[in-house]
Amino acid sequence: MFSFNEIKKSLAASVWLMFLTFPILVIRVNTVENVVEWRWKNMVYAGAAAFIISFLANFLVKRKEAGNKNEKDKGNKETLFISQRLLNDKRFFFPALVVVTIFILSFPFLFSMYQTSIMSTALIYVMLGLGLNIVIGLAGLLDLGYVAFYAVGAYSYALLNHHFGITFWVALPIGGVLGAIFGIILGYPVLRLRGDYLAIVTLGFGEIIRLVLENWNAFSFGPSGISNIPRPDLFGIDLSLQANINFIYYILIGLVIFTIFVVNRLQNSRIGRAWIALREDEIACQAMGIDKAKTKLMAFALGATWAGMGGVVFAAKTTFINPASFTIWESVMILCIVVLGGMGSVIGVIVGAMVLILLPEYLRAFSEYRMLIFGTMLVTMMVFRPGGIIPDIRKKYTFEEKDK
Amino acid sequence: MDWEYLLDLFLGGLTRGSIYALIALGYTMVYGIIELINFAHGEIYMIGAFTALIVASVLGLMGMNHIVIIILASVIAIIYSAAYGFTVEKIAYKPLRQAPRLSALISAIGMSLFLQNYVLLAQTSNFLPFPSLIPDFDFWEPYAHILTSQELVILITTAVVMILLTFLIKFTRTGKAMRATAQDKVMAALVGIDVNRIISTTFVVGSATAAIGGVLIASHIGQINFYMGFIAGIKAFVAAVMGGIGSIPGAVLGSLVLGWTESFFTGYISSDYEDVFAFLFLVVILIFRPSGILGRSETQKV
Amino acid sequence: MMKNSFGRVLISIVLSVFMCLLISGSTFAADTIKLGVAGAHSGDLASYGIPSIKAAELVVKDINAKGGVLGKKVELLTEDDACKPEVATNTATKLVSQGVDVVLGHICSGATKAALGIYKDSKIICMSPSATNTDLTLSGDYPNFYRTIAYDDAQAQLQVKFATETLKVKSAAILHDKGDYGKGAAELAKKYAEQAGVDVKLFEGVTPGAVDYSAIVQKVKRAEVDAVIWGGYHPEASKIITLMKKERMETKFIGADGVKDDTFIKVAGKYAEGVYATGPMDVSQNPLAIAAKKAHQEAYGSDPGAFFDSAYAAALALLNAIEKAGSTDYDAVSKALKTEYVDTPLGKISFDENGDAIGIGFSVYQVENGAFKELK
Repeated sequence: MFSFNEIKKSLAASVWLMFLTFPILVIRVNTVENVVEWRWKNMVYAGAAAFIISFLANFLVKRKEAGNKNEKDKGNKETLFISQRLLNDKRFFFPALVVVTIFILSFPFLFSMYQTSIMSTALIYVMLGLGLNIVIGLAGLLDLGYVAFYAVGAYSYALLNHHFGITFWVALPIGGVLGAIFGIILGYPVLRLRGDYLAIVTLGFGEIIRLVLENWNAFSFGPSGISNIPRPDLFGIDLSLQANINFIYYILIGLVIFTIFVVNRLQNSRIGRAWIALREDEIACQAMGIDKAKTKLMAFALGATWAGMGGVVFAAKTTFINPASFTIWESVMILCIVVLGGMGSVIGVIVGAMVLILLPEYLRAFSEYRMLIFGTMLVTMMVFRPGGIIPDIRKKYTFEEKDK
Repeated sequence: MDWEYLLDLFLGGLTRGSIYALIALGYTMVYGIIELINFAHGEIYMIGAFTALIVASVLGLMGMNHIVIIILASVIAIIYSAAYGFTVEKIAYKPLRQAPRLSALISAIGMSLFLQNYVLLAQTSNFLPFPSLIPDFDFWEPYAHILTSQELVILITTAVVMILLTFLIKFTRTGKAMRATAQDKVMAALVGIDVNRIISTTFVVGSATAAIGGVLIASHIGQINFYMGFIAGIKAFVAAVMGGIGSIPGAVLGSLVLGWTESFFTGYISSDYEDVFAFLFLVVILIFRPSGILGRSETQKV
Repeated sequence: MMKNSFGRVLISIVLSVFMCLLISGSTFAADTIKLGVAGAHSGDLASYGIPSIKAAELVVKDINAKGGVLGKKVELLTEDDACKPEVATNTATKLVSQGVDVVLGHICSGATKAALGIYKDSKIICMSPSATNTDLTLSGDYPNFYRTIAYDDAQAQLQVKFATETLKVKSAAILHDKGDYGKGAAELAKKYAEQAGVDVKLFEGVTPGAVDYSAIVQKVKRAEVDAVIWGGYHPEASKIITLMKKERMETKFIGADGVKDDTFIKVAGKYAEGVYATGPMDVSQNPLAIAAKKAHQEAYGSDPGAFFDSAYAAALALLNAIEKAGSTDYDAVSKALKTEYVDTPLGKISFDENGDAIGIGFSVYQVENGAFKELK
């Protein structure tokens, strides 16, 4: 079953890895106390793990390549992912929808406050992911500074509330609008840039916003942040903590549904198709008469709106914000959600957000190894499913020859 | 006009720029060949520094000669970083050569997280003091207050590395193969170049330069930490883009420009907004030269 | 279809793990006293949070061996917040969901601020060994918050008083690391320095983790000030002082409790000589402190880290208050904390009506021959 060749390869990998990790894994240095600790056991672990993993990896890669070959041999038949197949089946769709709806609505009562709270966090990231999906997934513009708009939304609520006493519900649309405005401000200078240059400039903008918030104390209270941001109120009634957390959860469910609805409509509209054209081939798109500048700006602006609104909810949920919450890593996380989930597909983004946000929380049991596992997962997922968990299936119109 | 101050800032910027350059070279070489922003590159730099520290400590405890320690630590650090670069490429990037660009990017990010936490867990989260491997040269003493021995070594090393790399790229067969692969992978394979080997070589060379940077900066600053690769990586990446990503002289030029910009801005205006200014400067440059200072303006083929 | 089945397998694994952990996450243990320990246990500030876990573990082990509190065993619930406010709220929610009685934490002022909202609404007492932001106690917003470390205002006042009265400083440059703690401390130092008539020629922040600090050091050199006051942690401080000494600057360097750490001396080496830092009063002679340190060495094979003593004291204070109050009721325990004195490695302490500890304070230290020496 397993050829000798494969075993040889895995052994080689194992020895290599033992060599590679020798200094860092085996020797622990503490130059503060001038001690050197030798941990030979680790080398054995590393070797064993490497052997097993490389074996598994080779096995899976071979299967994947066999699967790819099969696909090519079978011709052009549409291979739908199982969930799409299920969803298309009307008999399955409606009952599933009902079950899911009931589950979503009763979630806070089935699970503890903590679970609801992190589910709310995940939902905020779903919104963010859907927003970024417009920019990256649909329009193909690599935006690494998305967190800037998130920060704009959060700080707009915090500051407006601090200075003018504006409540959550008024701040929500304002946050969205401000996000859009900043999206246009960001979009304007980068119209001429392509690909990775665009990426680095957007990254720069994300950092600029964060640094300005951090240093301009008079405006943003700097690193000490703004605290005591009021939670959303229900017609002026003060809610207890438990009720409030549930309330925020429902607000987010509403917002997410709204977002999905709007994004779906956008995807199938003229501007949506313009974005997809832009992503596929900029020059052809221009040749077809689509105004590149306007399309790009619309992408940035609309994408940023969701981040702005998400920011407002975030501020209301954590009641304390400071610039440290809006670093490059946040942008990277949201990017990972979009790509991991499957660029362009709404369900993919939702699954991506759930996995990426909930998993570190559930991995708290492994607390120390959390980020390590997370990193490994990202690499593994990408290697084995580069299209994302649920890749986007685009509508294809095919003409089949009648006679052969 | 305070000339001494200006000179100090200039030299400070030069040192900074040199460090960025050593890391940026790796970024730009990898990007030139496979069009990937190697997020894990900063971590390779950090691993180089850690490996050097570990080797130096062990050898120090064994009571070896100071010069021997420096040489052995640096060489071993370079070897290991190169090995890590090689391995990372094989695991995380090679399988994704045909995949969409963004997938490779996410894989790089995952690798970066993995390496950071791997070092964190295997070693410690504390800042570890790094012995100054570069001794204070006696003959340089009179000038030491303008430019310390460490800074001098950093500058000289960067210059040497850049010269060596240019030599490699321009005059050797491997260099030619690298340039060919960067231009057109398929064509290069058709003329008989082992594309996989060339890509691996690129990673190895890039990682080696990063390791040199890691050892030097660790000696200069005096402490290392598992997180140091991330920030240095971002700055170096900005520098590489500023100079025109894919171009080696561009990487060095961009790094120097970034170093000077930061140094002068801090010295004359404010240290608070140093990074903001650096990024704004980048935006301005890219507005006027969308492919970076020395980048080739790509003609888009229809 | 290989691709499909792989995807299916992957998703079912993920979902089932999800379900398992979901269910396991809400188990309530048997009747015990639950002490929550929250703080930075991962990430770049982990070295400030991990010693508190060790302190709590040692205290709990000790107290359980003596019969527990109110006849029940004490159970430790450790949660990580990575010093991030939004993670801290999740951490706090999780602890509350698990039925925690009192919380030792958090470590960073920002994270603490975020979490306190949750604890306040759930009426849970939270005691921090390290959050020094003045507003946490003095603003009155958080009546459920206590701490076993003095606040930033006190430190800043001490720094400036020492600088002007003992060192006769007339001009100063104040630097910080743009962080929550560092900038806050620096601003307070600036306020008191200006009040005392010191000419603050420079007030700037440096980016932590930057590759080179020579520019800011040159700027300070050009400003020709008597002293540099640093708000922030020791890694940047050691880098800056190394550069300053190499530039042959005679400027005095005054740091706060973020600098008063042995790692600072080890890292800066000979360049640390003569550096001043304020920090919690020296308790190394305190018998309980000596015993705690020994226990740490026996259990973990190394010396305790940052905030170990104050975390140990906080754990003792919390559990002692529950014992004295006779229950875990919020009002009873609060009253006990404010009226009862407890023996800790920091001395015999109690708490005032704002939640600050009585019986502790700050001193000025100077590095002499490779160690911090308390200046009387």
